Amino acid sequence: MTITSLTPGAPAVSAARPVEELGLRESATFDRATIADIQRAAATGVYDIRGWGAKRKVPHFDDLLFLGASMSRYPLEGYRERCDTDVVLGDRYASRPLHLQTPVTIAGMSFGALSANAKEALGRGASEVGTSTTTGDGGMTPEERGQSKHLVYQYLPSRYGMNPDDLRKADAIEIVLGQGAKPGGGGMLLGQKITERVAGMRTLPVGIDQRSASRHPDWTGPDDLEIKIGELREITDWKTPIYVKIGASRPYYDTALAVKAGADVVVVDGMQGGTAATQQVFIENVGIPTLAAIPQAVQALQELGLHRKVQLIVSGGIRTGADVAKAMALGADAVAIGTAALIALGDNDPRYAAEYAAMGSAAGFYDDFQDGRDPAGITTQDPDLSSRLDPITGGRRLANYLRVLTMEAQTIARACGKSHLRNLEPEDLVALTIEASAMARVPLAGTSWIPGAK
Amino acid sequence: MVTLIETQTQDYATVTAEVSTRTDLADSPVRDLNQALHNATDGQSWTVENPGGKHSLAVGINAGVTVTINGHAGYYAAGMHQKGEVTVNGNAGVGLAENIMSGKVHVKGDASQSAAATGHGGLVVIDGNAGARCGISMKGVDIVVGGNIGHMSAFMAQAGRLVVCGDAGDALGDSIYEARIYVKGTVASLGADCVEKPMRAEHLAELAGLLAAAGRTDNPADFKRYGSARNLYHFSVHNSTSY
Ligand SMILES: Cc1cc2nc3c(=O)[nH]c(=O)nc-3n(C[C@H](O)[C@H](O)[C@H](O)COP(=O)(O)O)c2cc1C
Repeated sequence: MTITSLTPGAPAVSAARPVEELGLRESATFDRATIADIQRAAATGVYDIRGWGAKRKVPHFDDLLFLGASMSRYPLEGYRERCDTDVVLGDRYASRPLHLQTPVTIAGMSFGALSANAKEALGRGASEVGTSTTTGDGGMTPEERGQSKHLVYQYLPSRYGMNPDDLRKADAIEIVLGQGAKPGGGGMLLGQKITERVAGMRTLPVGIDQRSASRHPDWTGPDDLEIKIGELREITDWKTPIYVKIGASRPYYDTALAVKAGADVVVVDGMQGGTAATQQVFIENVGIPTLAAIPQAVQALQELGLHRKVQLIVSGGIRTGADVAKAMALGADAVAIGTAALIALGDNDPRYAAEYAAMGSAAGFYDDFQDGRDPAGITTQDPDLSSRLDPITGGRRLANYLRVLTMEAQTIARACGKSHLRNLEPEDLVALTIEASAMARVPLAGTSWIPGAK
Repeated sequence: MVTLIETQTQDYATVTAEVSTRTDLADSPVRDLNQALHNATDGQSWTVENPGGKHSLAVGINAGVTVTINGHAGYYAAGMHQKGEVTVNGNAGVGLAENIMSGKVHVKGDASQSAAATGHGGLVVIDGNAGARCGISMKGVDIVVGGNIGHMSAFMAQAGRLVVCGDAGDALGDSIYEARIYVKGTVASLGADCVEKPMRAEHLAELAGLLAAAGRTDNPADFKRYGSARNLYHFSVHNSTSY
């Protein structure tokens, strides 16, 4: 969000005596961000729309630790003994499943929300390390198809730019039911980002504030979804894997229903998952944390006897190789990253500090993706701004980052004695807090206690 | 099994087929029919017997073929259709010709919900009635319905034209963008931001063309036109009761 309460040029606090020194007590209930939200609402009369995911603190991968090898578990030699990372996605029904070299994939982010250069950079980076990238609400661009070795084509309620030619060009199809940042919400793209090209791809007037639908136009519920998946399989001659992406709210039931409807892969996105533009109240108050969602989805797959046969991709707040390893130990086959990939490309880089400040934000806080004024050239359609992102350099940075994530995950897996990332298991984990223990269903460190376990 | 009868290979495009491949879905799977249609070349023709309300019939056609379905079709008949022509001598289920890009789809009976949903181009003709959400999120398709249409039709309709020779149900054209709607009968109610608009000469002319393409003899002068008031194109606090 952007600070709107202060008159331009007015100093925020006395330069001479910072608030800390005055002995002032900040309210935990009405903290400064909350006060600014109320002031902003009073000044503008509209709710705050922003990008990024939930910013509140929720139980997360940070609240888990690996046990590592011990007397009864042998570690693998780092740099000498193999620890494989590849993953096959979609071999349940599709005759052409994806075979990725690393389980870290790039999540769906729309052209429109992102610049063409950003989409191209994501494709280049992902392809360099042998992983997949994903289109988004707005169709497939030639830039990303051209640069992506493995491209997942999203099938969204809006069906912007949806066409059978691109469908046949896709390496996988992802039916989007929801996003973790906004389970139950449609998309929005504000007028400043609806340029002629974006509008043309979406068949909309240039410059309008665009709402995308929250419900699919031609199916409702799991029985229809089964028929819809059947149609997409028929159109693509049963070659292309079909994913179903759900925003984490009731992941146990949603996963079971997606599997019964015939999905090859289920994607579960937790509430910390990023978005390009959503009401803040929605981002912060709807959905459940990624940590709470994974065991529920895994349980559904296990009960159906399809864990590892229908693959599970987890997203929402993946930042490090440790997060990757933890998600996989809890039962994911792969993960997807959105926000972290944008940061790797240059989002929120301190070198744009002056420009963030001019917009009432700061490096590390900038989330006004909806405004299209991103100084890093990523979440914009402005030709001058987007030309700041060189797709080749950006792609290289992303590839570097993806390699680091993979190597970090391997480091942990070797320490746990695993010759493949997928061999990590809940048994390798403990929790630091009671909340994380209950959600992740692993024992509180130093105990054998899992709250809620039968 | 699908029996393929080879037509003469022509070195020029679209020819009208002289022989038609007969597929009986009582004893061959939908998969074989669709695969044959995907392998087809311009000018080939199919007659489908005993469709039995099966789903996903003749989906993903991408050549100038003609397909005649003798009986009722289930969900998504002629889904994502391109170039060819599909005729259903019966009723069609949910999502008829969803996301059609070009070509023509003609249903002689009634169509269920979401007919021609998100269609980007081409022509969909329904001689009977269409259910709820006809033309939902349409993006350029032309739809001509001989009978009535259900509620929430042309919801968020972006482009293209919807012609209704009977009556329209509640909330017609809710949150409509640039699509044009022509209704001959009554409209139960208009949705948010959808208004009646004057029929000018160009509208009468375009409507006459659409009716003719659908093989209908209705008089364009008997229709009213509806479209977007364009009041919801920009978020405004004053519109909060409309969202
Ligand atoms: C700029 C941006 C645009 C997005 N666009 C889409 C989209 O079009 N479709 C979709 O399913 N998810 C979209 N997402 C969500 C991502 O696919 C993914 O679920 C999320 O970013 C994962 O969480 P993370 O950001 O914490 O890695 C978007 C996210 C961002 C940051």
